[in-house]
Amino acid sequence: MCEAARSILVVVGVLAGAIAIAAGLIWVERRLLALWQDRLGPNRVGPFGLLQVMADMIKIMTKEDWVPPFADRAVFVLAPAIIVVTALLSFAIIPFAPGIGVVDLNVGLLFFLAMSSLGVYSVAFAGWASGNKYSLLGGLRAAAQMLSYEVFMGLSLMGVVILAGSFNLRTIVEAQEDMWFCIPQFLGLVIFVIAGVAETHRLPFDLPEAETELVAGYHTEYSGMKFGMFFVGEYIGVTLISALVVTLFFGGWNGPVLPPIVWFLLKTSLFICLFILLRATFPRPRFDQLLGFGWKVMLPVSLANLLVTGAVTLARG
Amino acid sequence: MNAVFYISSLVAVIATALVVTRVNVVHALLYLIVSLLAVALIFFVLGAPFVAALEVLIYAGAIMVLFVFVIMMLNLGARGERRQKALLNPSIWIGPGILAIVLLGELVYVLIGQELPPTSGSEVSPKQVSLALFGPYALGVELASVLLLAGLVGAYHLGRRVAPPRAPSKEDP
Repeated sequence: MCEAARSILVVVGVLAGAIAIAAGLIWVERRLLALWQDRLGPNRVGPFGLLQVMADMIKIMTKEDWVPPFADRAVFVLAPAIIVVTALLSFAIIPFAPGIGVVDLNVGLLFFLAMSSLGVYSVAFAGWASGNKYSLLGGLRAAAQMLSYEVFMGLSLMGVVILAGSFNLRTIVEAQEDMWFCIPQFLGLVIFVIAGVAETHRLPFDLPEAETELVAGYHTEYSGMKFGMFFVGEYIGVTLISALVVTLFFGGWNGPVLPPIVWFLLKTSLFICLFILLRATFPRPRFDQLLGFGWKVMLPVSLANLLVTGAVTLARG
Repeated sequence: MNAVFYISSLVAVIATALVVTRVNVVHALLYLIVSLLAVALIFFVLGAPFVAALEVLIYAGAIMVLFVFVIMMLNLGARGERRQKALLNPSIWIGPGILAIVLLGELVYVLIGQELPPTSGSEVSPKQVSLALFGPYALGVELASVLLLAGLVGAYHLGRRVAPPRAPSKEDP
């Protein structure tokens, strides 16, 4: 009984935590972007503008929830839910600290990859169901981009799997007690971060919604909370990728003095800030450059990384 | 676990039937994805989590995305729906339908006589799957990879950019 109550508490905590962090990130991102671009950012609502999140929520919830008459209604409504559901489901496999985590799955890493590959449907179907040529172009771009970058994302993680000898994230964290995998798997880390940015389609890889060319891409026709789902889904994705980078390459909860969960949260927030810094720094490439870079640079590099990691592990027995 | 098995089987059967009868291609694809997810759940219940994860990752996540991609690019719209409607005409499906029902009857007859294996066996780990793939089934893996290579070469050939026709010059032999 106590065990069941505990696991329900963990599930609710993880869900609430992920959504709260994602919502809070709206404010964090705008303030940090402003800081790096020498502006002030939202600072009017509440202390330091902290209540801006609440104001945004009220605004987005009370907006008219409109489905265009030319849209495919069922698919149009379904699409924004998919991205949030798949991103939140992925949090199930993340080990936050020893004993804290929703599920201890033997194929945890594959589960994450599977969920992220299902997330593609959200943007692809949203673009198609909108019945709008700009949305369709955005959806097509999203499908091509996410399909390509998924390949390297999976391959870049296989080095970690070889070193840890398991797909289980808990075992992977425990295998990093002596040395974090960011040292032997530095290439894997770089590829995973780049692929992660592409998977969450944030700048510099936000071509599916490139507002200078495609109005707003796949979510042009969305308003109100349906648009909010895409918006929050993106931030949940950023949090998820940061948490995974920490788990897979930076020792997860491992760290001196402070309790494990604090280490995990500290490292994760550092990587979230890195994601925002990327957005503040880089320009957007052309779409063919993006795909060319993926297949011509990332694929060979990740295959070479896999080959060398395998050979070294085999040689050391 | 038995209940999970039967529920996901039911979902798979219903979703697959809907795939066949949908007029809109994208709706049919959505049901096909649901069907694949249900099959993945069946694999999981049967004690093969690795295969279940791969089913979602490869079939539902990668191959179906390609289908969606191509159908979105073609964007058949109303013309495609009319063609699909014509296919649902009884005079077209009744022949194959009767033949398929005969096959189904034979399958049920064969299965009824058999002792059915338990639905939840021991869990098969990723390591066991890999050992089987690169041990006794190595030939199958190699054949599949040759097939994929042939597909890759074919796709490269079809997608190759043809060089613009040059004006015939006198230097050419």
